[in-house]
Amino acid sequence: MSNFHIVRKGLDLPILGAPEALVDGHLSASVYAVRPSDFRGLVPKLAVKEGDRVLAGDVLFTDKADPRIRVTSPVSGEVARIERGDKRKILGVVVLADSQQEYRKFTSGTPASREDAINWLLESGAWSLVESRPYGRIASPDAEPKAVFVNGMATEPLAVAPAVALAGREEDFAMGLQVVSLLSKRTVLSIAASETAPALTKASGVELHQFKGPHPSGTTSVHINQISPINKGEVVWTLNYQDVAVIGHLARTGSFKLERVVALCGTGFAKPRAITAFAGANLENYLGSELKSGNFRVISGSVLSGANVGKAGYLTYYASQLTAIPEGEGTDFFGWVLPSMGKWSVSRTLFSWLTPNKKFDLNTKQHGEDRAFVVTGVYDKVFPLDILPMPLIKAMWAKDLEKMEQLGAYEVVPEDFALCEVVCPSKQELQKLAGDAIDLLYTEMN
Amino acid sequence: MKLFQNLFDATRPAVTTGKLKGLYPLHNALETMFFVPNHNSHSGAHVRDAIDMKRTMITVIFALVPALLFGMFNAGYQHYKALGLLIQGDLLTQFFTLSNFMFGALKIVPMITVTYIAGLAIEIYFAYRNKHAVNEGFLVSGILIPLIMPIDIPLWMVAVSTAFAVLFGKEVFGGTGMNVLNPALTARAFAFFAYPTYMSGDKIWVNTTREQGAQIVDGYSGATALGQLATSGQTNYSAWDAFWGFVPGSIGETSTFAILLGAGFLIYTGVGSWKIMLSTVLGGLTMGLIFNSAADSMEPGALQNYMSLPYYQHLMFGGFAFGAVFMATDPVSAAHTERGKWIYGFLVGLLSILIRVFNPAYPEGVMLAILLMNVFAPLIDHYVVQANISKRLKRLKLQQS
Repeated sequence: MSNFHIVRKGLDLPILGAPEALVDGHLSASVYAVRPSDFRGLVPKLAVKEGDRVLAGDVLFTDKADPRIRVTSPVSGEVARIERGDKRKILGVVVLADSQQEYRKFTSGTPASREDAINWLLESGAWSLVESRPYGRIASPDAEPKAVFVNGMATEPLAVAPAVALAGREEDFAMGLQVVSLLSKRTVLSIAASETAPALTKASGVELHQFKGPHPSGTTSVHINQISPINKGEVVWTLNYQDVAVIGHLARTGSFKLERVVALCGTGFAKPRAITAFAGANLENYLGSELKSGNFRVISGSVLSGANVGKAGYLTYYASQLTAIPEGEGTDFFGWVLPSMGKWSVSRTLFSWLTPNKKFDLNTKQHGEDRAFVVTGVYDKVFPLDILPMPLIKAMWAKDLEKMEQLGAYEVVPEDFALCEVVCPSKQELQKLAGDAIDLLYTEMN
Repeated sequence: MKLFQNLFDATRPAVTTGKLKGLYPLHNALETMFFVPNHNSHSGAHVRDAIDMKRTMITVIFALVPALLFGMFNAGYQHYKALGLLIQGDLLTQFFTLSNFMFGALKIVPMITVTYIAGLAIEIYFAYRNKHAVNEGFLVSGILIPLIMPIDIPLWMVAVSTAFAVLFGKEVFGGTGMNVLNPALTARAFAFFAYPTYMSGDKIWVNTTREQGAQIVDGYSGATALGQLATSGQTNYSAWDAFWGFVPGSIGETSTFAILLGAGFLIYTGVGSWKIMLSTVLGGLTMGLIFNSAADSMEPGALQNYMSLPYYQHLMFGGFAFGAVFMATDPVSAAHTERGKWIYGFLVGLLSILIRVFNPAYPEGVMLAILLMNVFAPLIDHYVVQANISKRLKRLKLQQS
């Protein structure tokens, strides 16, 4: 089988605000929060109480279903408060950071065996970076995955190129790959066909695959679907390239330093570029100097699947993008029939097709109201998986577990429906629907 | 702009909390027509495509405009031609006259108005009853229904057919998006079987109301090309006349050219499915070719004559083009899967010509062919989806062995 894959269906959003290809600055914050809602399906059991001192790498909470799965603090400091919601549900653990970071020391060096590697990752909390398919949750350490997929691409709108994000961390990445390749007998690294960074193109000890095409060609779902689709009963573990570098750093130094290169992108930022940031950083102080004045939505993640965290929110646990785009304001007088030159559409019902290379200052407007499904075939154009999107969505809607299983629900995560959601003329909320359905499938199957 | 906004703002309390609560869906429908609401995305993707259901529907209406305008001219042209009142000159100067257009417009605009009133009243009632917003689907149906009716059908029949179609074609299934049959064709089928004398025959396609001093010209027949073909197997209309549309027929169906303009627009904007249109045409051509090749072995007679009609001419006569472009492509009642669309369209084309030629009682086979395939579309989809499922199962078995 060829290691070169061309993805034809998909869509690169023509959105303004791409980050400059340099890493300049650090998201410094005095407060950090780790929120259980960042981990799909995780029910937290607290390991700290207010006032406790923690080092970076000390456990904050564990998964109630499997206490071996730990979520650790990205920074050292004092647990300032436990945020709680209705019925005392834990919303977040807030840590007041020290000015000088102290790391809890774990064993350094590459683990000797698969078992050692898993235990070592579990102990440090770096296991939280290993996601498993189906269901898109933190992997169960007992599973025997048929392969580990490392995603070395970033095709989400306004993402920073892997070459930029990995610069200076080549050694960490290579070491991380060594650790990761212990986890399964097959380790796949997917990179862009145009990739030039030697850390990726010359990666050793892995099966290298190249992908070319519009987003979602850089998503793990597409990679798995093209290389080795998930059948019922099979498990695949997935990791992001930056997280592999974090694991490599852990192996090299013994410190779990959950720092990533984060794209500061979108037209809301005065100077879109890449910065470094620890997971969970509070944004309030930092954004004050970076955001333009105006009404912007601050999204931790991409415009497709990120979380609306607000200007005073926290960077989410897995985010490698911080996006700010204008909030939509006001009504559009006869907006459904007038030519509306400044608006963007993949269809040719508006005039954005006249300027195929033009980028738009897209805002958060929904451009219309929720309706029943009427138009067919629009999802298929942006959905490259070998799955029929509309029948699967309908099965999810009907909570028909058997149909979902038959139509490929094990192969998808909610983010795979993001583009369908963007182009949907009926404005259906597909990612939420898919998320609920996949969770239901998990509950029924486990 | 501000004026309208103020008007809507001022009347909103009356329909949300006041006495006129029942009118809220109407208020809401009108307000969202004037102003696309300022809803922002609240879950999932933060940016959205600027297309919505209203723009989708208005695009179809734009695509119908050439056929509609042509239908207005043609209604007047056929009328004055029957009465021998055409001015001297070549065809085009005879055709595109203000009096032709006015004659047609005065007939057709009331039909459209009646259709909208009947249909939207029911839609709004159901929106109120089921507490949802008024759907845009009827915007298109409201134009489609008059365009597939003969010019002389009484307005009350249009109203009754529309009401039947909206009620039993759509609302009983749950409204727009849930219907099995194409609502516009349901209206036509209802009229066809309920009022056959107004829907078929030789007398109904052209308005021949006498004007002062005018008489129907000698030897005039108002039969459509398909009517003639069904009785004698021959027609005195040329294929070119049928292509341009200077022939009697339902209001919007006569001009293949005007319909092609609409088809081009639908395909280019991405609103209409080119797969369905193309496969319908291919289906029609295939059946035509089969008839052509079988005609030689038939006994001479009307049927043999009809069967030897050159295969491509089937596309120009009757409602084939209109059905293929505007009816078969209705996304709700057509097949939903991409592969299913090919099968669905091909069978629509095939059956249209089959019914047309073999069943003289129904010279227009397109309507019945599409309605029949509407019923079978879910079955086609079922097999397409099943194929995807089997593929996945096969992969699983391969893995296990």
